[in-house]
Amino acid sequence: MVAAPPPSRSPTREAGAAADVLRVAHLGVRLDHAPILEDVSFHVRRGTTLAIVGPNGAGKTTLFRVLLGLVPHTGTVEWSGSVRIGYVPQNFVVTDVPITVRDFLGFKSGAGFEESLAAVGLGSAVLPKRLDVLSGGEMQRVLIAWAVLDRPNVLLFDEPTATVDIGSEDMLYESLNRLEKETNITVFLITHDLHIVSQYSDAVLALNRTVRFFGASSRFSEPELLMEIFGSGAGLAEHKHDFGARGFR
Amino acid sequence: MTEPAAYGFLAGTFVGFAAGYVGSLMVLKRMALVGDALSHVALPGLALGILFNFNPFLGAFAFLFAAAILTWYIERTTRLFPESIVGVLFVTALAVGILITPEVDLLEALFGDITTVTLLDAVLAIGISVLIVVVSRLVYRRVVLSILSEELARSTGINVALVNFVYLLLVTVVVAVGIKIVGTVLVGALVIVPAAAVKNVSRSLSSYALLSGLAGIASAGSGILLADYLRLPAGPLVVTVGTAIFAGALVAGWIASRSSSTAPRS
Repeated sequence: MVAAPPPSRSPTREAGAAADVLRVAHLGVRLDHAPILEDVSFHVRRGTTLAIVGPNGAGKTTLFRVLLGLVPHTGTVEWSGSVRIGYVPQNFVVTDVPITVRDFLGFKSGAGFEESLAAVGLGSAVLPKRLDVLSGGEMQRVLIAWAVLDRPNVLLFDEPTATVDIGSEDMLYESLNRLEKETNITVFLITHDLHIVSQYSDAVLALNRTVRFFGASSRFSEPELLMEIFGSGAGLAEHKHDFGARGFR
Repeated sequence: MTEPAAYGFLAGTFVGFAAGYVGSLMVLKRMALVGDALSHVALPGLALGILFNFNPFLGAFAFLFAAAILTWYIERTTRLFPESIVGVLFVTALAVGILITPEVDLLEALFGDITTVTLLDAVLAIGISVLIVVVSRLVYRRVVLSILSEELARSTGINVALVNFVYLLLVTVVVAVGIKIVGTVLVGALVIVPAAAVKNVSRSLSSYALLSGLAGIASAGSGILLADYLRLPAGPLVVTVGTAIFAGALVAGWIASRSSSTAPRS
């Protein structure tokens, strides 16, 4: 394992990030007697973004399921203080179910729809639309609106842009950027996109059943390090379009 | 209309609403045929009631309840889908039921007999139907969210296993009360057809649930009235009216989708 402490990327962030929101130590998960995660340890500072990367089957989604308390495990998972988690799952596809955006958001809360939708750049005009007619980008933003509806202080995103086109991806990360700035939320982000890692995260956790790297995202783009972690066929996609100087900070 | 027919009509409309309401969840869960199969599990219970001289519908409910528990438990502890589990239970129960049901009573068990509904039957059916709708309403959103994404549901603190159990129990009870109206063979249709019909025209979840119930009332009520007028068995007519509603909703949905796709965009 290659490890380095994840530094904060701005003075204000450093001042407010003294406490860890999560400490995971020697985490292990076995499914059907096969090891999915082994001896995974890391910590996350409040108000920062942790990118979780690794090849398919590396245990990234399982890690999220552990953080949500859905999977039995060994080792310790320690959240600090009162944590309210918002979760955006991977592959959320709705087909042939007569359910509107208003119905869906109403599952979680009776009010505050407009505010949550505005936070992700959607207007109230989307409320009467059925989920199965939304575009991929709209659906993802509705999911984020759902996740932030009850004002969580931790957000888990499982490949939030896996099913959207580049234009929608741009808008989605703008929404996330705005949300993080406004609410000082802690974000956990599973992604395959190296560009997203460098532009939008403070720290990186590279998994492949065990921890292959945990440290500052600024170090993660070093070619020697990537080679060491993923070998010559690095398991991450390099994104080609330019988001400019936008970031989560 | 004779007195038993009036009781049957009253019970049928309430059971129709409850069946449509619960059926709307079954259609979303893609368990339409599970409901149909589950209904046949009642047959051995009916037969035992007839053979040992106790209320056959208590026997039916006991068998359905046991089947629901078994389905829920096997689903939780194995990788089998409910369809497979209920499929096995269905054929076994049907075989045993046909073997032990006295031939003279087999027709009523299979197709129901609205003309034998008593006041007590009607009051019980109405009370149970109201209870079914109240409980369904309480768990409706949780069931739908677990259908959309079990992980998302569990992440919000929903006990998906418990919700599934309550849902299966609701299916069991609604099938048990529906058997008296249309019999074991056709009760699956009473549950499924109204919900399948209105899914074509529903714009939101709340309208879908309500319309499913209303379509259930329409098919059960109209079917029973027609049966009384034509002196024919109610069960097949209830299902026939339900199928007509399904066909009408299918055409209405097709016309609506055509007019929305050809409407000029602003």
